Amino acid sequence: MIKIEKLHKSYPIGKESIHVLKGIDLHIKEGEFVSIMGSSGSGKSTLLNIVGLLDIHDEGNYYLNGELIKDLNEKKAAILRNKFLGFVFQSFNLISYKTALENVSLPLYYKGVSRKERNEISMDYLDKVGLKDWASHLPNELSGGQKQRVAIARALVTKPKVVLADEPTGALDSITSNSVMDLLKDINNEGMTVFVITHEEEIASQTKRIVRLKDGVIVSDELTKAPKTPLHV
Amino acid sequence: MRFIFEKDTWQEIYDSIRKNKGRTAITIFGAFWGILLLVGLLGAAKGIENSFNSLFGDFATNSVFISGSKTTMPFKGYQEGKQIDLTTRDVEIIKKEIRGVQFVVPRNATGGQVTYGFKTGNFTIFGDFPLLDEVQKKRLTDGRFINQKDIDENRKVCVISEGIFKELYKKKEDAIGTYLKISGISYQVVGVYRTSRFEGTNNIHIPFSTFKLVYNKGDKFIWMVVTGKKNFDIVQVEADVKLLLKNIHNVHPNDTRAFRGFNLGKEIAKVTGFLKGLQFLTWFVGIATLIAGVFAIGNILLITVKERTKEIGIRRALGATPNKVRQQIILESLFLTLLAGSLGIIAGGLILMFIDYKEWLTNPTVDIPIILIAYTVLVILGTLIGFIPAYMATIVKPIDALREE
Repeated sequence: MIKIEKLHKSYPIGKESIHVLKGIDLHIKEGEFVSIMGSSGSGKSTLLNIVGLLDIHDEGNYYLNGELIKDLNEKKAAILRNKFLGFVFQSFNLISYKTALENVSLPLYYKGVSRKERNEISMDYLDKVGLKDWASHLPNELSGGQKQRVAIARALVTKPKVVLADEPTGALDSITSNSVMDLLKDINNEGMTVFVITHEEEIASQTKRIVRLKDGVIVSDELTKAPKTPLHV
Repeated sequence: MRFIFEKDTWQEIYDSIRKNKGRTAITIFGAFWGILLLVGLLGAAKGIENSFNSLFGDFATNSVFISGSKTTMPFKGYQEGKQIDLTTRDVEIIKKEIRGVQFVVPRNATGGQVTYGFKTGNFTIFGDFPLLDEVQKKRLTDGRFINQKDIDENRKVCVISEGIFKELYKKKEDAIGTYLKISGISYQVVGVYRTSRFEGTNNIHIPFSTFKLVYNKGDKFIWMVVTGKKNFDIVQVEADVKLLLKNIHNVHPNDTRAFRGFNLGKEIAKVTGFLKGLQFLTWFVGIATLIAGVFAIGNILLITVKERTKEIGIRRALGATPNKVRQQIILESLFLTLLAGSLGIIAGGLILMFIDYKEWLTNPTVDIPIILIAYTVLVILGTLIGFIPAYMATIVKPIDALREE
């Protein structure tokens, strides 16, 4: 699903340039539940941005769904993002003046789905994350956990190939974090490829495969022994 | 361009505008104010023009009033200070000799006591020809004006103004056929008319010939109204007539005070020039305000784009292409100008209706084509100005936009 070969990325800062990713090789197959672990500065966010087509790499190859990503312009990137990727952000990134339902249906709008169909599909996904009754609420009327569920529903609504989650529990307390992770697990169990970025061991251990990143290189890549059952309350 | 006709596009824009009411109001205020001012000012200018026209409306505007006075220079053996009296013979000569003269209407006037029943008043009595109706249209509310038969038979008839009717008669009384005693002689009332604002309110008109006999005027009269034909310069007509009169009455050609003249055409031309200037000023102020308003829209959209960087970043992460983002901003700008324009035109119209209702001005109106042009210009400018924030919205990379807190 995602195949990365000898990926390099550096950022110019003034006259200097910082080499952030120093030759990453990573292969994620369909249906995997992968977490990228690393402290801040390890390059994990940069990796996610490149995988998420929000940024472009300098060297190496990146295949998304078997397609080599190169010569990417904004338009092409936008279309690919809409088609293949679903994003879940740390700070939810919901549009504040739109209701939960409207937020969820936004990617479908850009996909060109009719309004009626959009609302039906979005309502299904809101139901799936357990927020059907909150469809007409604005984000500021929802709790952190609910917001993230809305964001997950939004990430799923276009039936993407991969869900990219950037510190999805970073802004949540541990109980809510677990329920969000449960949701991601459920999604993965239905066959969706989920790609999580985190610096929390607790979160990473709930995924099926942990890739550890340090100073721009992969230091370890292992499957978790048995999918650890979180402490349900 | 298909997106313009898609309901979804507009729905999205409508949502974004409806849910940010405060922002929308501030954004459109400038353009709203601009078009309101344009409509209001143009209407008011038109109203002033109409009021002015109605003031002179019943008068032939290309006319000059000429009366005889005292000479100030000796000529051909006559001393200075000789009284010049216009005569009916002059009228015939002027009509024959001067090119461009349409009508020459001699008039006489005097003050007199008028009695009806037990009521009495002092009013101005005019000796007039039916022709007066041609140069100073009399709006008759009842009866008729003096006719040729009245002149030929020296009839003792009179036409009174509404002001006199109100002073002498009861409200619903029929004045036609009643008799008024003017300076001791009875006249039958044959007409009542409404005066325009330019003439006095208390006038009585009797036939010129009757006036001549009653007041023993001979062929003399006080002044005449000379009107020019279309396309003839009334100032030139006045000069020609005066020169001819000087010749007839043995007045020195350079004696400027022997004949008095009030050139209505000239005075009206001055006011018309002023009105033209007023209209120009109105356009200038209106359009300048409109442009400032459009820039205000662009400006505030630019600020909101900055404010909405995050939102735009999210939209782009979710698959909005740069074109889609630009489209949205430009269409928002278009929508806002449409809204501002419509509201401004409606508000301006209401103000003009109020002015009309209060009768401060006569028919303050703006022509529909002018409104449409202003509206179109506004919308075109609004769309063009939208390109600036639209461009700004897409130069930030989505990744940077998302990072913004």
